[in-house]
Amino acid sequence: MTLDALNYIVALPEIFLLSMTCVVLVVDVSLRDAQRNASYVLAQLSLLGTFLLLLSGMTDARIYAFNDMFVQDGMADLLKLFVVAIVAVVFVYSRDYLKGRSIFKGEYYLLGLFATLGMMLMISSASLLMLYLGLELLSLCLYAMVALHRDNGNASEAAMKYFVLGAIASGMLLYGMSILYGLSGSLMLVDIAHAVTQTGSTDIGMVFALVFVLVALMFKLGAVPFHMWVPDVYQGSPTAVTVFLSTAPKLAGFAIIMRLLVEALGGLHTDWQQMLVILAVLSMAIGNIVAIAQANIKRMLAYSTISHVGFIILGILAASAEGYASAMFYTIAYALMSLGGFGIIMLLARSGFEADQLDDFKGLNQRSPWFAFMMLILMFSMAGVPPTLGFWAKLAVLKSIIHIDMVWLAGVAVFFSIIGVFYYLRIIKLMYFDKQQDNTPLQCSTDMQFVLSGNALLILALGLYPTSLMVLCVSVFT
Amino acid sequence: MIEYIPQWTIDFWNWFPVDLQTLLIILGKIILILVPLLLAVAYVTYFERKVIGYMQVRIGPNRVGFFGFSLWGLGQPIADAVKLLFKEIIIPSQANKYLFLIAPVLSIGPALAAWAVIPFNREMTLANVDAGLLYVLALTSIGVYGVIIAGWASNSKYAILSALRAGAQIVAYEIAMGFALVGVLMASGSLNLGAIVEAQAGGFSSWFIVWMLPLFLVYFISGVAETNRAPFDVAEGESEIVAGFHVEYSGMAFAVFFLAEYANIILISALTSLMFLGGWLSPFEGWSSLQGHWLAEASIFWFLGKTSFFIFCFLWFRATFPRYRYDQIMRLGWKVFIPVTIVWIFVEGVMVVLKVGPWAG
Amino acid sequence: MTFTDFIFFAFSALLLASAMGVITARNPVHSALFLVLSFFSCSALWLLLEAEFLAIALVLVYVGAVMVLFLFIVMMLDINLVQMREGFVRYLPVGVFFALCLVGIMIWVVGDFSAGVFEVPTLQQAVQHGADYSNTKALGRVIYTDYVLPFEIAAVILLVAIIAAIILTMRRREMTKYQTPSKQVMVKRNDRLRIVKMEATVEESE
Repeated sequence: MTLDALNYIVALPEIFLLSMTCVVLVVDVSLRDAQRNASYVLAQLSLLGTFLLLLSGMTDARIYAFNDMFVQDGMADLLKLFVVAIVAVVFVYSRDYLKGRSIFKGEYYLLGLFATLGMMLMISSASLLMLYLGLELLSLCLYAMVALHRDNGNASEAAMKYFVLGAIASGMLLYGMSILYGLSGSLMLVDIAHAVTQTGSTDIGMVFALVFVLVALMFKLGAVPFHMWVPDVYQGSPTAVTVFLSTAPKLAGFAIIMRLLVEALGGLHTDWQQMLVILAVLSMAIGNIVAIAQANIKRMLAYSTISHVGFIILGILAASAEGYASAMFYTIAYALMSLGGFGIIMLLARSGFEADQLDDFKGLNQRSPWFAFMMLILMFSMAGVPPTLGFWAKLAVLKSIIHIDMVWLAGVAVFFSIIGVFYYLRIIKLMYFDKQQDNTPLQCSTDMQFVLSGNALLILALGLYPTSLMVLCVSVFT
Repeated sequence: MIEYIPQWTIDFWNWFPVDLQTLLIILGKIILILVPLLLAVAYVTYFERKVIGYMQVRIGPNRVGFFGFSLWGLGQPIADAVKLLFKEIIIPSQANKYLFLIAPVLSIGPALAAWAVIPFNREMTLANVDAGLLYVLALTSIGVYGVIIAGWASNSKYAILSALRAGAQIVAYEIAMGFALVGVLMASGSLNLGAIVEAQAGGFSSWFIVWMLPLFLVYFISGVAETNRAPFDVAEGESEIVAGFHVEYSGMAFAVFFLAEYANIILISALTSLMFLGGWLSPFEGWSSLQGHWLAEASIFWFLGKTSFFIFCFLWFRATFPRYRYDQIMRLGWKVFIPVTIVWIFVEGVMVVLKVGPWAG
Repeated sequence: MTFTDFIFFAFSALLLASAMGVITARNPVHSALFLVLSFFSCSALWLLLEAEFLAIALVLVYVGAVMVLFLFIVMMLDINLVQMREGFVRYLPVGVFFALCLVGIMIWVVGDFSAGVFEVPTLQQAVQHGADYSNTKALGRVIYTDYVLPFEIAAVILLVAIIAAIILTMRRREMTKYQTPSKQVMVKRNDRLRIVKMEATVEESE
C-alpha cells in the first residue's frame, strides 16, 4: 500500500489544522503571559488557512479517503466552512472576556482548535470508528473548556455534570455501535446501510441499536428528556465557553445525525420517525415553557436552545430531502443567532461583572442604542419574527413537515413557538422600556464591535434574502 | 546419554499421558531455573554485605560457615533464611488480613514469572514467546501491586506513605523505561528477546550500547528506580518512614519481600545485558587473532558475567550515592529521562532513514 | 474437553466471578483489585485466541499503569461505608420496581425467545495460525495502513487529555510551598555565608 492510495489530499484542511494546532501548542509553551496575544493571532491564522483550504477544495462529488473512512461531500464542505468561520468569530468575541477573568490562556485556543478538528472529523466521518473518535475529541475539549475557570465553583460543577452525563452518552453510543457492528459485520456506514436494507426494518436487533444510538445523539444535542445538563452547563461555564459549545458543535451534531440516522440507518426511518416526533414535541414544549421562568439570561438561552433543537429534529424527522435541507438551514441559522446572542452578553460583561441576569439588560437602549438594536434583531430572529433569518428557518421546517402530511405536528410547533415569543420579547421590553440600572459605558475592543454588528446584520440580511443560503442547503441534498 | 538410563524408568515415563508429560517437563524446567535463581538471590545478599563492607573498609559477614569452618562467612544467607523462617508473622490489628498476606506473594510472583522468557543462550529458554519483551515489561510493571497492597493493608501511616511514593515513582519511570525499549525494538525489529540478542551479533561494535548509549543509561537508571533501590529507595526511606511498605512485616512475609527485591535486581541486570550488551554473545566475536578460541564463542558464561557486572553496579550505587529527595526523583523521571528518550528515538529514526550503523545493511 | 477448553472455562469462570466481585465488594479497594483480576483473566482469554500482543498490552497498560493510579486514588479517598449504605433499604423497593419494569419491557419487546432474535447461528472456531504467525506484526501492519487515520486521531485525543489534565491541575496557589531546584543548585557560598573578622577579646575576670 502506498501513501497515495490513502488519498490523503482530501483531508488537507484537517491535516493543516492539526499541524497548525501543534505549532500553536509549541509556541504557546514558550510565551510569557504578556505575549499571549500571539497564540490568539496564530489560532486565527490557522483557522483562516483551514477556511481557505476548505474553500479551494470544495466539490460536488462524493470523495472517499483513508480507506473509505473519511468522506467529502457537499454537506461536509458547507458545514465545515460554517464551523471554522463560527469558531473564528467565537475567538474574536471571547478575547476580552477571557482577559477580564484572568483565564486568557493559550489552552483556550488550543482546546478550541482541537475541538474544531474533532467537529470537522465528525462531519466527514464515513465509519463508526471515525465518528466516535471525532465526537470524543470534541467532547473532551469541551469538558476541559467548561472547567477552564478553575476557581469558579459554578464552572467546576458544570464541568462535572457535563463530563459525567457526556460519558454516559458516549457509553450509550458505543453500545449501540457495537450492536450495529455485530449485526452488520462492518464499521463502514455504507455497509451498515446495506445490511439494514437486507434485514428490513422489522429486525429487532437493529431497532435496539437504533434506540441506543438515538439516545446518545439526543444526549449530545440536548433534546428533552436528555436535556438535564444543558441549562447547568450553559449557566455555569464562562460565557466565552458557552458561546463556543452552543454554536459550532450543533452543526457537527447535525452532521452525525445525518450520517448515522440517514446514511447508515435510513432503512429504519419509520422507526426513528416515531421516536423523533416524541422528542421534538417534548423539546419544544419544555424548552419554551421553562424558559419563561428563568431570570438568568444564559439559562434562558439554554432552554431556548432546547426548543430550537426540537425544531431541528422536526426537520430531520420529515425524512425527505426537503426536510434535511430545512433542518440544516435551521441549524446554521440557530448557530448564527446563538453566536450573536452570547456575543451581546459578553459585550455587556466586564471584569468582575457577568451581565448574565435579565435585569442587566434594562435600559440598554439608553446606554447603547446601536447594540440594543442588534439585540433586537437577534431576539426577533430567535422568536421567528419576519423578516429575520429565524422566520425563514422555522417556515422551511414547517413546510417540510406539512409536505409529509403531519399538519398536526406543524400546529403543535407553531403553538409552542408562539409561547416562546413571550420571553424573547420580554428582553426587548427590558431594553427599550425599562429604566437603566447600570450607567457604566460599554467597554470593548473595536474588532469585537465590528464583528458583532456584522453578525447581527448578517441575520437581518439573510432574512431579507434567504434564497442564497437556502439554495446552498438544498443543493447539498439533491 | 539415553543408553545410560535404565529401561524401567523410560517405560515408567512413557506410561504417563502425554499432557502430563508436557506438564512435568515444563515443571522440571521451571525448577531448573528457579533453584539457581533463588540460590543466587540468597548469595546476592551476602555479596552485597561483603562488597559494601569492603567499600567502607570493613570486612562484612565472616563468621557463619559450614561444619565448623567459617569459609569467609558463606553460611550467612542460609542462617538468615532459617532465622526468618522460624520467626512469627505478626499481623497488625485492624489490618486487612487477606491483602496483608497476599501482598508478598504478589511482589515475588511477577519477579519470578518474568524469568520464563529470559533466554540464557541460543537454546536455553523456557518459553520462546514472540512478544517476550512486552511480557517482561508487563510483569515488571505489576510488581508494584505488592508494594501498594502491602502499604495499604498494613493500616499504618508509614506504610501507606511508602505505597504512594512507590506507586508514583514506578509509574513515572516505567514510561522512560518503555521509551528506552522502543529504541531497542527499532534496532532489532523484534519483540523476541532471543532475536534482540541475535540482532547484536558481530562483536562489541554491534552491541546496542554503542548506538544507544543514552537509552542504555536511561534504561539502567530507570531499572534501579523501578526496583526501589538506592539512590531511589524513598519507598523504604528508613530515615523518614522507618522501612516503608514492609514496616509491619516480620518473619517469612518480610523475607519474601526481600527475595522479590533481589530477584528484581537480577532480572533487571539480566535484561540490560540482553538488550544492550548482546547477552550471551562474545565481545571478541570476529577477531581474527581469537578465531576458534573460546573467548570468541557465544556462551552462557558471557551472559552470566555481564549480568553479574550489573548486579555489582547496583551494590556499587548503594555504597556511593546519597538518597535522592522525592521531588528530585520525579523531576529526573519526567523532565530529564522522558525527553532524552524521545530525542534519541528521533535520532534513531534519522539513522534508520540515512542507513547509518546497524541499519547500514 | 481438551486442555485448552479447560483453561478457557477456568479463566471465563474467574473473569465472571471477579467481575461480580467488582460490583459486590463493599470496600472500593477490593473492587479495584477485583477489576485487576478480571483484566488478568481477560488477557488470558485473549492469549487463547493467539492475540498475544493485545493480551500483554492489556496487562501492561490497564493493570500496570491505569489501575495503579486508580488504586492510588481510591486508597486516598476517605469513604464512609456506613454513610454510603444509609437509605439502601429505603430506596430498595423503588429500585426493584424499576428494574422489574425494565425487565418486563424487554421481555415484551424481544417477545418470544424461541424466535431466536439474539441467537447466533453458529459459533465459529477462532482461526488457528502457524507458529511463525506474529500477532504484533499483523496488528502493526493494519494500524499503519488501513486504520492510520483513526490511529492518529486517537493519538490526538490522548494529547488533548494531557493538555486538559495539565491545565486543570497546574495552577499557582497562594498557600503552596515549593522549591525551585534550579535556584537551589545555583546557590553560591557568598549567598549563604558571611565571614566576619573580629578582634580576639579576652574576658576580664574579676
